[in-house]
Amino acid sequence: MLRRHILKRIAGAGAGLALAALPGLSAPALAQETVKIGLVLPMTGASASTGRQIEAAARLYMSQNGNKVAGKTIELIVKDDTGAADQTKRLATELIVNDKVAVIAGFGLTPLALAVGPVATQAKVPAVIMAAGTSMIVERSPFFVRTSFTLPQNTTPMAEWSAKNGIKKVVTLVSDYGPGLDAEKAFKAKFEADGGEVLAQLRAPLMNPEFAAFLQRAKDLKPDALFLFVPSGQGASLMKQVNERELAKAGIKIIGTGDVTDDDQINGMGDALIGMITSHNYSAAHDSPENKAFVAAFLKANNNMRPNFMAVGGYDGMHLIYKALEKTSGATDGAKLVEAMKGMAWTSPRGPMSIDPQTRDVVQNVYIREVKKVDGQLWNVEFATIANVKDNTHPTK
Amino acid sequence: MLTILFDGVAYGMLLFILAVGLCVTLGLMNFINLAHGAFAMAGGYLTITLMQRAGVPFLLCLPAAFIFSAFLGLILERTLYRHLYDKTHLDQVLFSIGLVFMAMAMVDYAYGANQQIVDLPSYLTGRLNFLGASIGVYRLFVIVICGLLALGLQLILTRTRFGSRLRAAVDDGRVARGMGIDVTSIFAVTFAVGSGLAGLGGALGTGIISFDPTFPLKYMIYFLIVISVGGTTTITGPFLASILLGVADVLGKYYVPAVGGFIIYTIMVLVLILRPQGLFARGPAR
Amino acid sequence: MTDQTISTKPSPEAIAARSVLLGRARWGWPEIAFWAIAVALYFLMPTKLMLLSEIAILGLLALSIDLVLGFAGIVTLGQGAFFGIGAYTAGLLARYGMGEAPWSDPLLGLLISGGVAAALGFVTSFLVLRGSDLTRLMVTLGVALIVEELVNQMKWLTGGSDGLQGVMPSAVMGVWEFDLYGKTAYVYSLTVLFVLFVIARRIVKSPFGLSLLAIKGNPLRTRAIGMPVNGRLVLIYTIAAFYAGVAGGLVAQTTQFASPDYVAFHRSADALLMLVFGGAGHLYGGLIGSVIFRVMQDVLGNITPQYWQFWLGMMLVLLVLFIRGGIIGLLMKMRGRIMRNRGPSA
Repeated sequence: MLRRHILKRIAGAGAGLALAALPGLSAPALAQETVKIGLVLPMTGASASTGRQIEAAARLYMSQNGNKVAGKTIELIVKDDTGAADQTKRLATELIVNDKVAVIAGFGLTPLALAVGPVATQAKVPAVIMAAGTSMIVERSPFFVRTSFTLPQNTTPMAEWSAKNGIKKVVTLVSDYGPGLDAEKAFKAKFEADGGEVLAQLRAPLMNPEFAAFLQRAKDLKPDALFLFVPSGQGASLMKQVNERELAKAGIKIIGTGDVTDDDQINGMGDALIGMITSHNYSAAHDSPENKAFVAAFLKANNNMRPNFMAVGGYDGMHLIYKALEKTSGATDGAKLVEAMKGMAWTSPRGPMSIDPQTRDVVQNVYIREVKKVDGQLWNVEFATIANVKDNTHPTK
Repeated sequence: MLTILFDGVAYGMLLFILAVGLCVTLGLMNFINLAHGAFAMAGGYLTITLMQRAGVPFLLCLPAAFIFSAFLGLILERTLYRHLYDKTHLDQVLFSIGLVFMAMAMVDYAYGANQQIVDLPSYLTGRLNFLGASIGVYRLFVIVICGLLALGLQLILTRTRFGSRLRAAVDDGRVARGMGIDVTSIFAVTFAVGSGLAGLGGALGTGIISFDPTFPLKYMIYFLIVISVGGTTTITGPFLASILLGVADVLGKYYVPAVGGFIIYTIMVLVLILRPQGLFARGPAR
Repeated sequence: MTDQTISTKPSPEAIAARSVLLGRARWGWPEIAFWAIAVALYFLMPTKLMLLSEIAILGLLALSIDLVLGFAGIVTLGQGAFFGIGAYTAGLLARYGMGEAPWSDPLLGLLISGGVAAALGFVTSFLVLRGSDLTRLMVTLGVALIVEELVNQMKWLTGGSDGLQGVMPSAVMGVWEFDLYGKTAYVYSLTVLFVLFVIARRIVKSPFGLSLLAIKGNPLRTRAIGMPVNGRLVLIYTIAAFYAGVAGGLVAQTTQFASPDYVAFHRSADALLMLVFGGAGHLYGGLIGSVIFRVMQDVLGNITPQYWQFWLGMMLVLLVLFIRGGIIGLLMKMRGRIMRNRGPSA
């Protein structure tokens, strides 16, 4: 870690020297040749996979696009917050105060992102959210910009699709914490507006690995479908219990957001998942040249780890930062960078996406997918697209 | 209703099989071994590895997990644990937490932080209809195995020569030694069996819960709850306590989901207030 | 605890007892050096003040565990409950105080946090009076788990798993605002730690403190000589809860939020480990332990990013097997050896 850091310093210094030899560069500009980006991610602890995916994607982006933007050298500093919010806040602060980073990014979970809000506002440093998905985060600081997704954004299309495809009665089962409740609320609102009925809203304690009682309750209510949301790590055990209880045989469709069928883990979850319908902003099976190239490069660089929605959030986050720096011609003033990020639109591996100029939140296509076995591996195969979905839970200003 | 009751019993049985080894080490040897979950994790991961990478049938994995964890327990007992029998409880707690940390890091290194899952053989999946209740075959399997084990342990402990020697060694090691009982090897064997049971519990658990490196910490609390509610002086105590907790947990979540998370903890604190030595313990706590 | 013998030595004359107590209460040069270094760090490491104030707060939490474990012999895994209650109390005060005196005043916030935690400590102390080590372990753990679940469930008040946001404590004493660099945070945390430390030092070196040691040594005998054992235990448990509550208040004020993570099991466990690393029963154990723990976490975390836990576990195992009494125990043993080599001096 340290050595990598030093090497990069040396590399950066070398690049600086090379640039100095070029005519037309004034001396003061040299002083800030390097633009530092601080990534604060959970690299250990329960959300470690989020951190590993995002770091890998960010490094991939840099290796593909070089470390030069608008004449500046980009340096990436990665810090591990272990998933504890006080650590996120301290590390973000230290990155800003000590390392003088131009942008902070990462933030694996909602509370971690929220903890950084006041720091970003106070220091006027853009904070790019690459993972956390509760909608209100971006409202908490004018310096938050999001490249991941929001839960209502991913959930609403599922409700819309269900209502249109003959599902009348649904039971929801979510983990009892912020994002889970967000998903539950968004699903119910849209589904009932479209004429469906939510029979029961079940909430499982976050730390509890035994879902039997909830699933039995859901089964006894005889809905057309069971909507699931659990944090990506718990999908495996939940689906195993869903299968054991034979909900499918009882005529209950299993639907949910793509968090449950996380690309990173889907193969480990077994054939239990086949047939599950989910809605999400990214699938590694997305059919586009950009995505094929991205997935191939990612697999190659990371020992065959499949990129998931976290990775694409990190990849696009880096893209956003690069493009914003290009637009400001390398100026690192926080307010200018955020201004440059607003309204930015591009084609990502996930498909077309943009940053809403009003809310600084992500606008993107959401896909309805079915889990299928292709070439001996499980994939989320997309079969319907709902274009340009905005998170409409933000208060209109 | 019957279905839910059955699920509760099955969950309780799983808790029991995971915790019974701890009951042996803690109750009989008076050693607070918080690393118990690590042995269960070893059994679970062994099953996962054997099934996923070597294609070993599930039923063969169960004894393999028992032997593997027992062997692991035996080695650790001989090299490390035995130095701690006469140390304070605090030292035992710290030592075993240290072991848990090491085990978690090692599993993380070898398998990654993701949850691991096994596909059960088809003859153990599916459901039966029995008296109007729908019963998971695997859960029935777990109940039968755990029930037999509980019965077997109880018999060994109360009816065999080994059992009476063990009880003698625990009650007064010096006198037992004076009577010609080989206390050292009795403890070693007991510890190994306790660890092996944990490994078996882990292996059985793979069919219901999923494994990740935080397993020993996540479940430590459940083990301790079972032990403290059931008391540590008998096998039947924790057995009944596990069923009580499993049923209360599942029923609670079914009928009053809003307070589901509290039930198990509240029961524990209440029991400890009213009967500090455990609900089903016979004598006063040592 | 090699000097424990002093207290049990028969001292028939009150004067002798008094001089013993005074002798125990004198400040030695290592102690003065310790605090001098703590102050000097403010100037030496201006970029690490956030981390330093975190260490000071962890030290205070470990100190509170030392009071119950090191001096009264109660094994606890639930000090996180008081820490968390303190954090949420201070956080809520600062949040709904709307940045205005008196409610969002940090010092008042700390007092109230400590008070609320002490109240909970007082109520739950009756649970730890009974039973064995294991029962105590489980009861303290159970209380902490219930508090954690409560924090998670009372979303309308605590923000649930998203944590409590918008904590805006006003300036300390109306002068020093909390800044990004952590200057105020460190000075403030260190000062609070020092004041509470001095008080704790008075407590444990007083006759009351000695009676706790006696209870730890042999509760039955202590009761037999007419000591109100239960009353003493309730008192020290409540005091320790107050300390943990203040530590929680500090963390909420300096980081400006509170999250369920503060109540979680691993907080209690980490703090206990820090104390044991340093050496329980010396007051300084927790402080030294928290420094070493955090530095180790940083250093080992850098060498093996994902697996520092492994080394932490190994240190614990080795510590229990070979170095009983923690770092301070080790130092004292070395000092004892040097003294012996020099021969008995006055």
